[in-house]
Amino acid sequence: MSRLEPVFSACRAEARAALIGYLPAGYPTLEGSKDVLRTMVSAGCDLVEVGLPFSDPVMDGVTIQRAAEQALRGGFRVRDLFGVVESVAEAGGRAVVMTYWNPVLAYGVDRFARDLAAAGGLGVITPDLVPDEGAAWIEATDAHDLDRIFLVAPSSTEERIDLTARSSRGFLYATSVMGVTGARDVVSSAAPALVKRVREHTDMPIGVGLGVRNGAQAAELAAFADGVIVGSAFVSAVRDDTVAALTTDLANGVRQAPAAV
Amino acid sequence: MARGQLAPTPHDPDERGHFGPWGGRFMPEALIAAVDELAAFYEKARVDPEFLDEFARLLRDFAGRPSLLTEAPKFAAHAGGARVFLKREDLNHTGSHKINNVLGQALLTKRMGKKRVIAETGAGQHGVATATACALMGLDCVVYMGEVDTERQALNVARMRLLGAKVIPVKTGSRTLKDAINEALRDWVANVDDTHYLLGTAAGPHPFPVLVRDFHRIIGIEAREQILAKAGRLPDVVAACVGGGSNAIGIFHGFIDDPSVRLVGLEPGGDGIETSRHGATLTAGTPGSLHGAMSYVLQDSDGQIAEAHSISAGLDYPGVGPEHAFLKDSGRAEYRPVTDAQAMEAFALLSREEGIIPAVESAHALAGALVLGRELGPEGLILVNLSGRGDKDMDTAIKWFGLGVES
Repeated sequence: MSRLEPVFSACRAEARAALIGYLPAGYPTLEGSKDVLRTMVSAGCDLVEVGLPFSDPVMDGVTIQRAAEQALRGGFRVRDLFGVVESVAEAGGRAVVMTYWNPVLAYGVDRFARDLAAAGGLGVITPDLVPDEGAAWIEATDAHDLDRIFLVAPSSTEERIDLTARSSRGFLYATSVMGVTGARDVVSSAAPALVKRVREHTDMPIGVGLGVRNGAQAAELAAFADGVIVGSAFVSAVRDDTVAALTTDLANGVRQAPAAV
Repeated sequence: MARGQLAPTPHDPDERGHFGPWGGRFMPEALIAAVDELAAFYEKARVDPEFLDEFARLLRDFAGRPSLLTEAPKFAAHAGGARVFLKREDLNHTGSHKINNVLGQALLTKRMGKKRVIAETGAGQHGVATATACALMGLDCVVYMGEVDTERQALNVARMRLLGAKVIPVKTGSRTLKDAINEALRDWVANVDDTHYLLGTAAGPHPFPVLVRDFHRIIGIEAREQILAKAGRLPDVVAACVGGGSNAIGIFHGFIDDPSVRLVGLEPGGDGIETSRHGATLTAGTPGSLHGAMSYVLQDSDGQIAEAHSISAGLDYPGVGPEHAFLKDSGRAEYRPVTDAQAMEAFALLSREEGIIPAVESAHALAGALVLGRELGPEGLILVNLSGRGDKDMDTAIKWFGLGVES
């Protein structure tokens, strides 16, 4: 049933984790974000997360905040998101969207799911929507056959991990640290413990994110996760014009360790 | 003291914090455990005699409650001759109603065994109150304040620092209250094990709208007894300013079961709601999720949050507490905008006629009372929540009225 199942099963067949790269749509410009995402796809991202720039991104650190601000200042509109997703699909890539909840509400919950599915999007990550409040979203994503990725955190109780796993489809997003997005020097020690706890509740693939910035860190996570999620480092790489090199480094990283399952 | 102040009411939300379609928890999973913990501690505390006694003692011996009820006859002469009474939250320690909530939440912080408190502030009233409670109870205190607000409320920044708090100017977004809340949430998610987020208004994710309201219910409980004693009857109207809505919800609840009493919230109309420069969320906003709850929000058609504008830093917020959204929809309360100019006129009028300098926030409620009094006529009886004193607003007044010393 999951739209993302082929991504993870292909990686599993190669005994490795999937590389999942994030970029805000509209950053550095609308056309520029399409170019960067195409590069990420061709250089080795198995899946891309297209971020929807939001005025009040409470889960993001300063790197992604500034990228979102730049996109909004550049005139980015929510309707532009679907063209960005479409361009990923046309380039042979696979895309999910990562968005705060209020823009989805404003666009219309069902309409958002419908238009994303029509653009070739496979799912949505919702960092500030928990399943407890997700009834309308679950209905819309079912109706339009989109995966929905909720988050678990080191602070989640067993009961909440269970609820979140049962409510998700495609994969589960495990935040490896208690904190906001942003590249870090050391990969969190909380991540392996969290992934182990989550696996008690579900066979669903688990993507781990927050803080990864290079191939060596990606390899560390790939040893126990099904997907390695990289965000702020890609935003910084756009500024430094090193997106292809970063993608290659990370893609090598996820191939260095045997996959967990 | 009112032992039942925190008792559950028929107006409480459901167990996940919904007031009808409003409220709830629209926030990261990483913080759900913290708000669950807070809700569990609060549910125990609100019926625990030991907690209630300690809270009552602090309100009496530290905050200076009960606050007075003062009639304002010379001011009332400008309000169509209706009688006007002022609930004097400006006389509380630290100069506003905010102390009620911070003492309650600081006590909860101690109960939860947390050592560090973070808070957001707009005008600085909540920041000063939080820094004060933390000094009293030996808690580390960090206050996030938009850079724009640190400039227009420099005196309060100094007060917070003197009280031992660390004040962090927030330089992202519109650099005002909403961005200070964003930054406090980012701190909280990274430090939630030892840190309590002492939210300053009756907004945010459940249980904040309930517990902040309850810590302020003392305002309405006292005011109801006082006005019955002084005027011999219930007021026709209770008027309060609404930014996030904490002082308003506190006084409204004293009268919510008295159907003859109209509850009127006065919102910051800025340059006028026909312009884009205002903060009148309930008058001109649309449903959305901001800072953890569903409520009315000022936003564009894409759901991007708008910047609010008000002469009052404490009302300069594009969201509002979810219970106000519920009361608006149910019709139990009504909400009206007051422009900067109307508020400043009322600010000057109360100062000159009654010898009371109100906070610019509270001046919005006073401006509302001037209009409501004319509507009610000489038989009318109005209770205004004077939520804070205006010492902090002298810089604003100097600029508005040209009160500087002639050279």
